[in-house]
Amino acid sequence: MLTLTSPVETPFDRWPAGLKLAGLLVISSTVFAIQNPWMLGAALAGTMALHLFGGGRLLVYGLQLLRPLWPFAVLIAAWHLWRDTPGIGLVVLLRMATAVMFANLVTMTTRLDDMMAVITWLARPLGRLGLPPRRLAMALALAIRFVPELMQSADRLGTAWRARSARRPMHRLLAPLTLSAIDTADHVAEALRARGGAG
Amino acid sequence: MERNIAYIALFAALITVLGLVPRIELAAGVPITAQSLGIMLCGTVLGARRGALAVLLFLALLAVGLPLLSGGANLWAVWATPRIGFVIGFPFAAFVAGWVMERTTMSVGLSAFAASLIGGMVVLYAFGLVGMSIRMGITPTEALFNLGAFIPGDVLKAVIAGLVTASLARMRPGVLLSRA
Repeated sequence: MLTLTSPVETPFDRWPAGLKLAGLLVISSTVFAIQNPWMLGAALAGTMALHLFGGGRLLVYGLQLLRPLWPFAVLIAAWHLWRDTPGIGLVVLLRMATAVMFANLVTMTTRLDDMMAVITWLARPLGRLGLPPRRLAMALALAIRFVPELMQSADRLGTAWRARSARRPMHRLLAPLTLSAIDTADHVAEALRARGGAG
Repeated sequence: MERNIAYIALFAALITVLGLVPRIELAAGVPITAQSLGIMLCGTVLGARRGALAVLLFLALLAVGLPLLSGGANLWAVWATPRIGFVIGFPFAAFVAGWVMERTTMSVGLSAFAASLIGGMVVLYAFGLVGMSIRMGITPTEALFNLGAFIPGDVLKAVIAGLVTASLARMRPGVLLSRA
């Protein structure tokens, strides 16, 4: 399973995941409360500087992760230029870049199981609504386990289609793919029951 | 109980897979993927409650940091972007789609199409608009203009959701928990 955890070692890797997520919450709410472009620029520079604890490579990687944002950036810039509010546009763009970069830094320095421990801990109140943390953890594990499985199903269906037809399959593979998810779910349910239930 | 957990987990995985398989880039660079189709299918196949739970589980996967949102973002990375409204709206969209599916008596395909339009477009767009206007610094009316690019693709997805749900019901009668 793919994660964004970076192979570059930083001091933040050893920080508790809960602390980092709390920090993320504080930083992004602060960033969204700031109106001054200079202060936001400083926040962005500060976030970049934090990446340098993992070396220049981590900073380059962090900047590369911002690439998917460019359609939004173009849209925001175009909109605010057209409306003649470039100041607001700049503030909005700086906020987005800072908050996304900080979030990615947290993800890159936190292991998946640590993150899962925090999320299941946060979900404890759901226990009173009939969703104990054990069940949430099991559902998470099952979903993660079956993503590659379903990817393979989709691949197999696509290969079989191409063997039969020169046209593109498009939506015709969706029903069999959904059906394979349903069949797998039935097997998993049986297996869970055979092993003493979901608890 | 076990059956519920298994269905919810597998449909969360299905949403993920639909977001990762081949994507069509729109002129504006906005990726059109089948991910929101997965959201619609959760509602039309699993029904309101289970459908919404499957989508919530998908959001939990994003929350633990897995970059499974189409385009490769997790919940924290998408939080500050104009997409956040749509992501928050996902479970509501699935719930409403399932609710419509449970309460209509038209043919399966037609109901699923209508359910997907109402849940996957009307409800989802309402959340999306608020998110876009807050994150882009524009008014919701102005954000409405930016939605135009999504409409043709989303109508097509609602049609496909209807077709897929109908063929599921034909291939395996009794498989639709939303109509059980």
